[in-house]
Order: sequence, then structure tokens, then C-alpha cells
Amino acid sequence: MTAVDRGAAPHPGPWQTARVNGIRRETPTAKSFTLTLSEPRAFWPGQHMIVRLTAPDGYRAQRSYSIASAPSESAELDLTVELLPDGEVSSFLHDAVEVGDVLDVRGPIGGHFAWDLRPALGVAGGSGIVPLMSMLRRARALGEPDLFRLVASVRGPEDLYYATEVGGPQTSIVFTRTVPDGYARPPGRLTAPDLAAALDTDRELYVCGSTAFCDAATRLAVAAGVPTGRIRVERFGVTG
Amino acid sequence: MALTRGFSGRSRGTHDTRLPPGQYDAGANWPVLHVESTPSIDTARWTFEVDGLVDSPARWTWDEIRALPASRYEGAIHCVTTWSKFGMRFDGVSVDTLLDIAGVGADAAFAVARSHTGYTTNLPLDDLTGGKAWVVWDVDGKPLDDIHGGPARLLVPHLYFWKSAKWVSGLTLLAEDRPGFWERNGYHDHGDPWLEQRYQGD
Repeated sequence: MTAVDRGAAPHPGPWQTARVNGIRRETPTAKSFTLTLSEPRAFWPGQHMIVRLTAPDGYRAQRSYSIASAPSESAELDLTVELLPDGEVSSFLHDAVEVGDVLDVRGPIGGHFAWDLRPALGVAGGSGIVPLMSMLRRARALGEPDLFRLVASVRGPEDLYYATEVGGPQTSIVFTRTVPDGYARPPGRLTAPDLAAALDTDRELYVCGSTAFCDAATRLAVAAGVPTGRIRVERFGVTG
Repeated sequence: MALTRGFSGRSRGTHDTRLPPGQYDAGANWPVLHVESTPSIDTARWTFEVDGLVDSPARWTWDEIRALPASRYEGAIHCVTTWSKFGMRFDGVSVDTLLDIAGVGADAAFAVARSHTGYTTNLPLDDLTGGKAWVVWDVDGKPLDDIHGGPARLLVPHLYFWKSAKWVSGLTLLAEDRPGFWERNGYHDHGDPWLEQRYQGD
């Protein structure tokens, strides 16, 4: 059994620069950016970073993006960015940023959704998979994959982030509209049996997605007997 | 600060001086961020309390608080996740009215607001008095939705919006500052958007 991370999740340091070391397309509307921090900082899965853009006239725009990679000894981390309609920062990152560019970043941010390695189940809706992927990767890297199970809901196969990596005995994918050929579960929204199959006693729940998804998933979990005190929720709103 | 190669910002005409640094105008959207599951609170069982360093602790039911003198806020709100929203209209009661009834104790300098969900947030007492804070139940003429903190939330619009506790259930006045939920998780004790007090140490 791995020891639980003690104390509180790491707090953000000052602003620093990060070099874009790699860009990967995850879906038609999502890209992952591998950043090399000039001043590496420890983080826990579930935390996020702020990216700040500065124009020549001093105008700035900043947004928060969840860390998708697992904590490691390296100075690198991955942020996955969903392209939002009218998203000033997300569209710049998607359309203009290239490998070798330097961005201002700050973090890690967020304590309530950070994972302390107690056995957990992540429930993801769409892009809500990003912070949960950090947890999944962490559990696998520790050689204790069952510490973190994942139920991920997406509309169709083309919408699944990390598609070549996410699958495994601890993961189940719920396709709501279209399913891959030969997929046993028919398309449809997340149901109580989807959660029950992944639940055993005493798992912490980490729910991430849109407000509607989070509220639906939370209701299912409560109905399945998970105490509300064990459910953590992170909602992705319209934040550009 | 480093310039970002190729970034000029979206065409924005003249800079909107109503926007605090690092914020953008969310327009018609009202993004939702909270960490609890959204509660549904029955107004028949709803109460609001003021306690701690007060002359006499006070408690109101839903009907009682709505019978107090009405007070309105019209203007902007600013969320730490960088959206701001203009032209909001909230109706409720001024926190001054509530504190006048309970009587502020001589040593009171800070407050912790609490919610029916267990959420807490801390504020200097000076930020809750002088016509700067409300307990509100209507927004733009309609009852506040569950997801926005209904039936009633605290409203402290000159601070980042996490200070405006959703589903508010009471205020405790204290002599010393006691960090609340987000504040223990790295967010600023004061949270002035014009000073960009987002995180501890800002």
C-alpha cells in the first residue's frame, strides 16, 4: 500500500516562464501542451496552472488549465486545453503557439480537488477527464493502478482524450451518442450501474465536467450510497 | 513581464476601464463554480444567523429576513477565475441592517461567512459594513437559482466572488482573521480584484 500524501497540496509559487516543448492533438477540439518550467514545482494530480498571455500594449489575458501529466522528477508537465467558442486564450494556444514559444505560467493552484493517493474513483464528463488523467497516470506510475479507477463519459470515440493510453482494467468509457464498432454498452448517458461497476467500499469520488454532468453524476453516486462528504466536484464552466 | 509572441489580444477597441486587471467580460454568460454538489434548500427550513462577537446573537427565518428593509445592488461582479459580469441587479437586505440588529461587539474585526453546505469564507468586518455587502435572494428580478446560491447568498461585489458565499446561513464575528475554505487552499484572505489579490502572498 502506498502511503497517502501528507499535508496540504502544494501552493502556487510566483509567476515564471515555461517553454513549450511539445504539442499533441487529442481530439478535434483539444490539444496537449508539454511545458518545461524554468522553476520546477511539485504538484498533486487534480491541480491546475494559470497561463498568462501579454500583448505589446500591456494587455493581458489569463486562464486556468488542469495538469494532465502525473507528478514526476522532471521539470515538464502537460496541460490539455479545450478550444472554446470565442475562447481568447484557448484559441491563441491552439492556433498560434508553436514548439519553442515561451509562456508565463503560475501554479500549481487548487487544493480541494487534489488527489492524496487514497483509493479513488474519477468520474469524467468530456474535457473533465484532464485532471483525472493526471490521477490515473500517477496511480499507474506508482505501479498501483487500482488506487485510481476512471469512468469517462464522452459523446463519441472521436471525443475521447488520451484515447491510446486511457484504456485498461481500471477504466470504463461511456459513449453517450455513438459507440465504436463492437462496443458492448449501447450509447446512452451515464447510469447508476456504470458507477456501481467501478465502486467498491471507501473510494473517494472525484467528479469533473460541466455543471449538468457533475450534478447528474453526483446524484447517481449519492443514490449508489456514496456519502456526500466523500464526493469532490470540479465544474468546468465557460471560462474562455 | 515577458511578451507573448504573436499575441495582441482580441480586437477590443479601447480598454474597458470597468475591468480589473486580468479579468475579461463574460457578457451574457454566468459561469458556475463551486465544489459542493448543488444543494436544494427549502425556504421553510432556511435560517440565517449572526453570532460571535455581537451584543445578542440574532436569527431570522425566510419570512423574517424578507420583511427587513429592502436593499439593492446594481453593478459588476468579479470571479477569481478571471470573468467579470456587468449590469447585475441583486435584491435583498444590507448586511448593515443585520449587524445593527445583532449589535457589533467592540472587539469584532473579522467575520467568517458560512453556508448550509459547510462552505466558509473569511472577510474583514470593514468589507461587510458601510453599504458594501448584502444577503440577496433575487437577481435581475427573479429568484436566485440553486446553482447560483439560492435561495439566498452573500453578496460582497467589491471582492472576488468566492467571498460571496452561496447558500449562506450565517456570519460569525471574530477578533482575529480565520481563513475559510478557499483561503486555507491557497486563496487570498482579502481578495480585492483591483489589487489582483487572487492567491495567498499576492
